[in-house]
Amino acid sequence: MSGSLIGKRVLRKEDHRFVSGKGRYTDDIQLVGVTYAAFVRSPYARADIKSFDVSEALAAPGVIAVLTGEEVVKDGLGGLPCGWMIHSKDGSEMRQPHHPVLAADRVNYLGEPVALVIAETQLEAKNAAEMVMVDFEPLTAVVNPATASQAETLYEAVPNNVCYEWELGDEAATDAGLAAAAHITTLQLTNNRLIPNAIEPRAALAEYNSGTDEIILHTTSQNPHLVRLIMTAFVQIAPEHKLRVIAPDVGGGFGSKIFIYSEETALAWAAKKLGLTIKWTAERSESFLTDAHGRDHVSEAQLALSAEGEFLALKVKTIANMGAYLSTFASAVPTYLYGTLLAGQYRTPAIYVEVDSVFTNTAPVDAYRGAGRPEATYLVERIVEKAAAEMGLDPAELRRRNFIGRDQFPYQTPVALEYDTGDYEASLSKALEMADYDTFATRQAEAASRGKLRGIGLSCYIEACGLAPSQVAGALGAGVGLWESGEVRVNPTGSVTVLTGSHSHGQGHETTFAQLVADRLGLPIEDVEVVHGDTGKLDFGLGTYGSRSLAVGGSALSVAADKVVEKGRKIAAHLLRTDVDNIDFDAPVFKMLDSNESKTFQEIAFAAYVNHDYPSDELEPGLAEKAFYDPLNFTYPAGTHICEVEIDPDTGVVEVVQFVAVDDFGTIINPMIVEGQVHGGLAQGIGQALLEQAVYDDTGQLITGSYMDYCMPRADNFPDFKVGMTCTPCTHNPVGAKGCGEAGAIGSPPAVMNAITHALGGIEVDMPATSEKVWRAVQTMRTLKTA
Amino acid sequence: MYQFKVHKADKLSTALDLFNASDEPAYIAGGHTLIPTMKQRLSAPSDVIDLATIPGLDAITLVGDTLQIGAMATHAKVAASSLVQEHCAALANLAGGIGDRQVRYRGTIGGSLANNDPAADYPAAALGLGAQIVTDRRTIPSDTFFKAMFETALEPDEIIQAIHFPQVDQAVYLKFPNPASRYAMVGVMLTRTAGETRIAITGAAASVFRAATFETALTADFSVSAIEAVTLSAETLNTDMHASAEYRAHLCKVLIQRGVEALTA
Ligand SMILES: Cc1cc2nc3c(=O)[nH]c(=O)nc-3n(C[C@H](O)[C@H](O)[C@H](O)COP(=O)(O)OP(=O)(O)OC[C@H]3O[C@@H](n4cnc5c(N)ncnc54)[C@H](O)[C@@H]3O)c2cc1C
Repeated sequence: MSGSLIGKRVLRKEDHRFVSGKGRYTDDIQLVGVTYAAFVRSPYARADIKSFDVSEALAAPGVIAVLTGEEVVKDGLGGLPCGWMIHSKDGSEMRQPHHPVLAADRVNYLGEPVALVIAETQLEAKNAAEMVMVDFEPLTAVVNPATASQAETLYEAVPNNVCYEWELGDEAATDAGLAAAAHITTLQLTNNRLIPNAIEPRAALAEYNSGTDEIILHTTSQNPHLVRLIMTAFVQIAPEHKLRVIAPDVGGGFGSKIFIYSEETALAWAAKKLGLTIKWTAERSESFLTDAHGRDHVSEAQLALSAEGEFLALKVKTIANMGAYLSTFASAVPTYLYGTLLAGQYRTPAIYVEVDSVFTNTAPVDAYRGAGRPEATYLVERIVEKAAAEMGLDPAELRRRNFIGRDQFPYQTPVALEYDTGDYEASLSKALEMADYDTFATRQAEAASRGKLRGIGLSCYIEACGLAPSQVAGALGAGVGLWESGEVRVNPTGSVTVLTGSHSHGQGHETTFAQLVADRLGLPIEDVEVVHGDTGKLDFGLGTYGSRSLAVGGSALSVAADKVVEKGRKIAAHLLRTDVDNIDFDAPVFKMLDSNESKTFQEIAFAAYVNHDYPSDELEPGLAEKAFYDPLNFTYPAGTHICEVEIDPDTGVVEVVQFVAVDDFGTIINPMIVEGQVHGGLAQGIGQALLEQAVYDDTGQLITGSYMDYCMPRADNFPDFKVGMTCTPCTHNPVGAKGCGEAGAIGSPPAVMNAITHALGGIEVDMPATSEKVWRAVQTMRTLKTA
Repeated sequence: MYQFKVHKADKLSTALDLFNASDEPAYIAGGHTLIPTMKQRLSAPSDVIDLATIPGLDAITLVGDTLQIGAMATHAKVAASSLVQEHCAALANLAGGIGDRQVRYRGTIGGSLANNDPAADYPAAALGLGAQIVTDRRTIPSDTFFKAMFETALEPDEIIQAIHFPQVDQAVYLKFPNPASRYAMVGVMLTRTAGETRIAITGAAASVFRAATFETALTADFSVSAIEAVTLSAETLNTDMHASAEYRAHLCKVLIQRGVEALTA
């Protein structure tokens, strides 16, 4: 029976709960005696704090306490750390400004919290927050990352506002490739800053039990153990075993709920300090201001090609905006999650990349769906398509000439990664077929007859998922190993509780993980329950990000399930009075090889807990096994996305008229869930290309502080997506899975922008391709044509 | 949101009395502008006076040639009204293109006009169709009703009762939505009555306005070629992160051209 559930479109177990309003999110949790917090935030991007006056707020109705940055200093709380050390070219360590839980003397971005008011009701807390008098002395803000290193220095310890100047690859070999080139394509681009916009805003509910001296923090987290580790080991609000972190249902994150923020930390600290139960739920405008933003790169690149279109070298220079402080994983995003992906699907022999990360007076920037890999893919796939146009080659053909062949794996790239497996030609040809690539000219002519400019664009992306082999990650500066824990706990009646250190914030783990374990053990999926998101119940875990949950967390469960089978065989051997080697597991039945006697899984489970006659020196009672799975390598999902757009030349409006995505995610457990992940990723990726953009003005005020100006994609912005799959199973994990959560957001932006550039006859616009930018490009195109 | 009192008025005079007896009063219709601003703590009325409970204020009737729409008629009701569809399909289409379903089931024509958001659709309808705004005390022609951004000719306590739309020969509304808010980045109401063309533009400037140069050209010759050389000055138009004044001026012209094409097709 094993194998019967893998690849099935099992309906999501959790959806009944979610669509019937029975989800239990942090804000849904009701506790007796709860009080409410409201934060006082900086109205300036940069200012000195001269003084606090909390007297009026303290006297306001219902107010219990007001805590400011000064109390944080008095209590000696540590700062919020960044967990990934990056070294500059010269070997020096990255520069990290102190990131206070609440600012005491200087604020560095709009919305930075400086105080917290706790009151009996939410309304009273919010009213009193307005009465906290903070004497701010505004300072000139540094906003533009491209010029930040020449601007006024923001932190004494960070000369020129530069966090690090990082490099990867062989500069001499790359320069040699450029020198030998028959053709060099150059490209300048920006990767627009995005705001994550999870549907559930961040929230926290902290309770303190003075009897046990324990803090329980319910919060919107993708990785509750990391929250506990950082709040205890670094910020030092309590000993680790006296803080329990529970992340109940979590409504989206896209990365933004990985990080350890001021508000949640302040709540846990205040709960203990004041002996209170305190709740805070971000308003949407607080989310815009303070959820870690994503992307925000400015880059230039050169691609060297031979006369035959063979890639010889790629040289890249990028400035990455870190915002005001280093968020939890910020430093790794534009380096090891970016530079290492610049080989794409190609054999480019020499690559050199320099990344300067800079601080500005804007919200911190960190990992957001794809994290570094969309930026790399955007650059590589734009420059490849541009090279094809310049050399008069079909862009699919140019890619083919440079693909790593299916027989060349494992493949060592010049930028540190070793790809385990892939078949790039397979996904390209399938996508070309699904997109009717060969007949594009007919559609283009038909569109022209309607006065529309039609263009087609390709993107052959690769990403590194399944973060991460701990040894590799450690060598590259990660503060923690990036394995995952899992436990398969068989109950006496034979039902199974699966515990995992990864956590779902919408991805459907309760179904996928149950499907995986049920398949291994030959059980109905209904008999398998998934437990996650609670440090009080689970082994330490690393959480969900980087499309790692199935590849790493699922692999841990697969190993644990194998251990359960092994233990089950021992129990069966004991019950059947035979040797373990004589027991075979034909899920869900343990069979004797040399007789027709057997035991069902349920019989073994029951026996594991109720038998009295185990030989205690050989066999322990119980049937629960755990595994800590450390991957051997990253996984490398890859595929081809093809976009077709039509542009109205009179208005510049771009319509995506066709979108094809063919992805290789390795083994797929549940195609329905995977397609859902692809659709969501595409919406975000196409959204980045056409609509989304975080904009600060010159003084650091956020112009896109609400949905009036921040353009969230809607369903009617997209055509029906055509999604297809190819499969080369991951060679080094027991599931064969590669990860699918980010691919859509990684592969799609260059496909869209290449299609637009194609429609515009080579005129380039930056993301997002707003109608005005495109309209102006149409004018340029027409001027060039008539000139 | 700050704390406030809610009053349910049963007739116009009670609403007026409540208004004048309160410290910081505000009428509420659909609440789709007022409540968001209260939630963001940008407005803090002490007393909110609900007009929804006044009977008959949402009626849609045809009196002679005049379409009379009660101030409390929701966008959904206007969009779905067969009377409006017959008498002025452009108006029904405009109402049906406002916001989303939730907004259309709450937002009202009276609230929208009283609010005079520079990017709202209804001001273009009222001005373009030459409507009369009927209040509890007088009738205000649309040409003098819209004063400036979020400013109208209404007295602080004045209540819009109904909007009277005269019969026009032809009308079309074209909206270029802001991609984020989907309010009008530019919205053009183009109408013809007895050979005379009237054009009201919303979204492009601080307040709705009439495109006089285009009106003159099209009244003389209602064709696309008649406006080939006509332009709109970008000088008084809005520039924001979504569109420059120059682009808005261009869009206005494109929409007018398309409107002319639609009406001559
Ligand atoms: C998400 C969203 C999207 C939207 N999209 C659009 C759009 O695309 N196009 C568009 O045009 N609009 C749009 N709107 C606005 C909406 O359609 C309403 O028209 C608008 O909110 C005002 O109508 P209301 O009935 O809700 O007024 P309210 O919010 O109740 O009141 C608005 C103001 O008018 C006053 N007022 C209300 N009624 C009267 C009256 N009878 N007499 C005197 N004063 C009165 C109130 O005191 C208040 O100051 C949108 C709103 C939202 C929330």
